[in-house]
Amino acid sequence: MSAVVARPSERGVRGWLRANSAGRVGAVIERGFRVVGAQNWIIIVSGFFEPVFYLLSMGFGLGGLIGTVTGPGGRPLSYAAFIAPALLATSAMNGALYDSTWNVFFKLRFAKLYQAMLSTSLGPLDVAGGEIFMALFRGLLYAIGFTGVIAILGLTTSWWALAMIPVALLIALGFASVGMALTSYFTTFQQMDWINIALLPMFMFSATLFPITTFPVGVQWFIMALPLWHGVELMRQLSVGVFDGSSGVHLGYFLIMSVLGVAFTTRRLRSLFLR
Amino acid sequence: MPVIEARELVKTYANVHAVDGISFDVAPGESFGLLGPNGAGKSTTMRMIGGTTRRTSGTLLVNGLDPETRGPEVRASLGVVPQTDNLDPELRARDNLIMYGRYFGLPYSYLRPKAEELLAFAQLTEKAGEKVDNLSGGMKRRLTIARSLINEPSVLLLDEPTTGLDPQARHILWDRLFRLKEAGVTLIVTTHFMDEAEQLCDRLIVMDGGLIVAEGSPASLIRQYSTREVLELRFGSERNAALVDRLRGYADSIEPLPDRVLLYTDNAEAALAKVKADGLDPVTSLVRRASLEDVFLRLTGRSLVD
Repeated sequence: MSAVVARPSERGVRGWLRANSAGRVGAVIERGFRVVGAQNWIIIVSGFFEPVFYLLSMGFGLGGLIGTVTGPGGRPLSYAAFIAPALLATSAMNGALYDSTWNVFFKLRFAKLYQAMLSTSLGPLDVAGGEIFMALFRGLLYAIGFTGVIAILGLTTSWWALAMIPVALLIALGFASVGMALTSYFTTFQQMDWINIALLPMFMFSATLFPITTFPVGVQWFIMALPLWHGVELMRQLSVGVFDGSSGVHLGYFLIMSVLGVAFTTRRLRSLFLR
Repeated sequence: MPVIEARELVKTYANVHAVDGISFDVAPGESFGLLGPNGAGKSTTMRMIGGTTRRTSGTLLVNGLDPETRGPEVRASLGVVPQTDNLDPELRARDNLIMYGRYFGLPYSYLRPKAEELLAFAQLTEKAGEKVDNLSGGMKRRLTIARSLINEPSVLLLDEPTTGLDPQARHILWDRLFRLKEAGVTLIVTTHFMDEAEQLCDRLIVMDGGLIVAEGSPASLIRQYSTREVLELRFGSERNAALVDRLRGYADSIEPLPDRVLLYTDNAEAALAKVKADGLDPVTSLVRRASLEDVFLRLTGRSLVD
């Protein structure tokens, strides 16, 4: 047999795109909407109620015992108004991570959905892009709903609160992109559990339910290095429209996290989908 | 130009050589088989052709393109039937076909009539609106094959197409595959069923442990590696091995198995008559034509299905 001479493959961005994408993210999104449309809406709506229940029980229930706390710029805030933006940040994180880790893992290993998609002319970049889009779309619905609820309850005092919706999407993108890249390293459900083990304390201690000043300075630095704290603080500032130098840092943290996360996921695409 | 040109393909997982340097060509319109036991490297080879598994080394061209660097373009002309069905459980039967076509970028004006045509081809017209989970194993398999045809592929990759199907369902499927072959589609089939390989394949490679151990048409492989006929004798598990030496004179070669002894000879009836005349009376005896199973046994000393 004669030796096969492969055509020189294209290098650079164009070559990479050719290997990994048919430029058809839209087909994956189309499937996503078709499934959402056929799904039981109660399941979808239930995700919206989770932060609402937290807000009602802790914000108003527990809040009745606590009274007023100190908000951004030293202003007094009701306890419900203090935790509501934090709950929005947390729900953006949870939803994005659930979709990009558990959901992706399940579709990859058990439903074999991606295996089917990748036996068509779709490339891994199309699949990852479509799935992240669907995660963000769901996040957008929840963010609009929850922001509406807290506005109606009078827990926002500024038009800046509307910016909480795009910021929720940015938080979701940061977590979803990193989550999908991490999923490429996981092979068992036990390993997936580590995500939950990391998430719960992050939610409890990221100044979500009480101010960070409660902790000793060393612990504060540790919490400030974690992403959720930045999301919580930024949301809290937006809800009352009071900003300081830290606002830019919080925003920058998520912009950089998203850029790095997307780059990370892109690097891991082939390991994730093409084994 | 061959549809597939593979040279020295290697795929290594952790420390296992799943595919260990295989080379082959497949011509357009040919029905090409990969025969071998589980773990021989057949499915890995199929996935490398589709560009969904990265190869460790070697070169591979599918329709002149490297599936690793041009995956989406290569797969645009491929139909893939995976070993285990991966239908979309969240879509109904018809929508499985249509949505799959959307992944290829095909328009609805083409997909709607095409989906009906393929449902009829797979004898699933009545089940078009069913949820996938409500279909039987055979129906799911036929739907998966129908799905693989949505883009009118020039090459169809079938990984163990009939494993787990009852005999009737297998024959329906083989009939459908014959029609595709007649229509000029190149079929690449992996199987560990020798009858399937004999029915479907013009030419095949026999794989074992990631290597090609033989290559040729089913008939030529049988001619080369086996005699025309085989005499199967059972003396009971205790005596089978003990009688091997006494049986050597009756055949060209002998293959003792735990439950029976195979005697390779061009005239099995005559051999059986002699065995009986010499007073060796087997519990059961069977005279049959040699098959690919015998080829595999001769090549590797093991049977295909464990």
